[in-house]
Amino acid sequence: MSNNEYVLQMSNISKSFSGVKVLDSVKLDVRPGEVHVLIGENGAGKSTLMKILIGMYTRDEGTVIYKGEEIKIRNTKEALDVGITMIHQELSPILEMTVAENIFLGREFKTKVGFVDQKKMKIEAQKLFDEVGISDIKPSAKMKELSTAQTQMVEIVKAVSFNADLIIMDEPTSSITDNEVDKLFSIIRRLTAKNVAVIYISHKLNEIYQISDSITVLRDGEYIATKATKELDKDELVRLMVGRELSDLYVTENHSQSNVVMSVKNLTNGKLFKDINFELHKGEVLGIYGLVGAGRSEVVETIFGMRGKYEGEIFVHGKKIVISSEKDAIKNGIALATEDRKGTGIFLGLPIRNNISMAWLNNLTKLGFVNGKKEKTETNIVGDRLKVKAASYANAVGTLSGGNQQKVVLAKWLLTNPDVLILDEPTRGIDIGAKAEIYKIIEELTSQGKSVIMVSSEMPEILGMSDRIMVIADGENRGVLEHEEISQLSIMNLIAKV
Amino acid sequence: MKEKNFDLGNFLRKFGIYFVLILMMIILSFLSKSFMTVSNMMNILRQVSVSGIVAMGMTLVLVTGGIDLSVGSMIAFAGVIGCTFAHPDPSYPLIVVILIGLAAGALCGLVNGLIVAYTGVNPFIATMGMMTIARGATLLFTNGRPINDLSESFQFIGRGTVGFISTPILFLIAVCIISALILHKTSLGRYIFAVGGNENAAKVSGINVKKIKIFVYIYSGILCGLAGLLLASRTNAAAPNAASGYELDAIAAGVIGGTSTSGGRGGVYGTIVGALIMVVLSNGLDMLNVSSYIQQIVKGIIIIGAVCIDQFSKGKDS
Repeated sequence: MSNNEYVLQMSNISKSFSGVKVLDSVKLDVRPGEVHVLIGENGAGKSTLMKILIGMYTRDEGTVIYKGEEIKIRNTKEALDVGITMIHQELSPILEMTVAENIFLGREFKTKVGFVDQKKMKIEAQKLFDEVGISDIKPSAKMKELSTAQTQMVEIVKAVSFNADLIIMDEPTSSITDNEVDKLFSIIRRLTAKNVAVIYISHKLNEIYQISDSITVLRDGEYIATKATKELDKDELVRLMVGRELSDLYVTENHSQSNVVMSVKNLTNGKLFKDINFELHKGEVLGIYGLVGAGRSEVVETIFGMRGKYEGEIFVHGKKIVISSEKDAIKNGIALATEDRKGTGIFLGLPIRNNISMAWLNNLTKLGFVNGKKEKTETNIVGDRLKVKAASYANAVGTLSGGNQQKVVLAKWLLTNPDVLILDEPTRGIDIGAKAEIYKIIEELTSQGKSVIMVSSEMPEILGMSDRIMVIADGENRGVLEHEEISQLSIMNLIAKV
Repeated sequence: MKEKNFDLGNFLRKFGIYFVLILMMIILSFLSKSFMTVSNMMNILRQVSVSGIVAMGMTLVLVTGGIDLSVGSMIAFAGVIGCTFAHPDPSYPLIVVILIGLAAGALCGLVNGLIVAYTGVNPFIATMGMMTIARGATLLFTNGRPINDLSESFQFIGRGTVGFISTPILFLIAVCIISALILHKTSLGRYIFAVGGNENAAKVSGINVKKIKIFVYIYSGILCGLAGLLLASRTNAAAPNAASGYELDAIAAGVIGGTSTSGGRGGVYGTIVGALIMVVLSNGLDMLNVSSYIQQIVKGIIIIGAVCIDQFSKGKDS
């Protein structure tokens, strides 16, 4: 094996945080011009490994050989200097500045007298866009005018502008549409054609098989395997990651009963969506599928009172209800775990217990005072039921992993004992192990006669979990598929139908 | 090893402020013989009573992520309005005077709360406006002259003693207990933390965010009303220019005590210690004949230092 075969060779990398080993002799070898997927459950050590690579952490042991030379990177600037850059999952552009200004931030072109040369920056930015094949972003546009996907493209262009030979992408598709994913992939292919290597971190198996050349699997801080993508099938990959089979992931028994828990008639909300009709049966999972922007979240948020006035009627147990606020919805036995967990789901700084009891506190108080004992008992019961993993419920929710944070949100709503539990993207951004647990929780709830509405943009999830599926496109109800009709093809047909 | 480090940061954040106070008192008692005496301790408590009461209200506002810059003006406003009814002739029952003073503060607070909750004007601006309005109204109402000639019974609330404890101290203790109960024991208190911690999530959890915001500003107003009456009673005059700059002391007390100005974090125990630190400091430095100019500099350093320590220990956790 010649030294030039790999652009990056990390070997025997170990790292401990305050005595806890988070990486144990991990290795990662990346060839030039390849897309190398780094995969593993949350906590497997992917981010730590990447942060060591770009100098945000220092390693305890191990060597990093980059382009044939051993390197020691102490901070992200040094990483940039040698040509390694990382595109983080949560992007933080300066919104009020232009695209060109963001790309050349900190290394602006200057005119002779020392002013910033706006013109040259725009020209250079345009050159970069042409180079990677981006046509829909203007260098003079302000960052705040761009979509998430476009913002990401700008980050990629920024990486290219540093002449990076190695670009790390951390879950780049977590918040962009399928269309935009295609675009991202075509850009990645252009980069790899120029011999740029990409380390691609993702949980989405479909994408991994579309884009990657090889895969390295980590589990619990240990190196498991590196394989060529085409030699590794999905079941095998999942087994490597979690040590169990893919078929165990979803629970697909049909629980639909004939009695209707909720029915929605001609629900319309301004321009967001119109004439949505559906019935939710006892003990079923009603899937709502639609592409990003189709109006699916808007529908459930309207039902939960988050989107102001609506037209049409909502019935719960045959009784017509009027919902003008979240409070009304909760009172009528409706709960919604929103898609934006950090934004509208949890209180990061508050204790786990206070998070769980937040929507049910009125029922845990006497004369305004919180009954601590009752609160403790009830939150413990629901928390244990969902297997929230925490040293103490007095700890802040922010100390938990994404999957456990999501369980806290679910616990909050289960405590209100809702008739209708709405889950909007319940497994977004959490690892496959936690996903499986959440699916199991949903299954348990429905077998106990609870009714669940699950909004999801992940096809395997919606196919695997739903008893019936409503398909929404362009703010319209395109139809409801019964259990025996469900297939990827029938869903896509409904979306394509005009 | 790990637990030791972790605990120290946490420990410092939770209790560091108490140690600072105790340390200060120990040092001052060595430096000045007259510091650690019963009469001086009572003196300190009396001094802290008015600013401490105001800081309690401020703490609740800060925890929602708001700020109340109008406290100084509300104190003066409530003081003059209340004292208009506190003359010996015609005389009104003390309770009427007190209720009117509290109502004057509550009214200003209500306006603050309504503006913050319904208009989207940020609390800094809304209460800054109220600061000027209430001060102007006070000056207009009194024509710029203090209200003197206050009744004996009114003078009791700020200058009297029960046993050997002066009445303002009793008021302070009562306000502390009530505030602690509200913030740490009731569902209302939980919601106050929720609104400051994540307003959108609070709304989605069915909490009436507007109501909570209005409440904390009214609460702050009422406590300013009480403070205004105590101040007027103690000085035997309701001055229209009284209590200017009190907002800064109140914010400082909260912040030194570990309440976050960005909301969601804090507590009344920290605030009272914060208020004590400020008063003990100026009391002690007075005794050591340190000039008040230098005292201001020291105060500023302590405020920034306290927040630095807080930030530092927070950074360590994550």
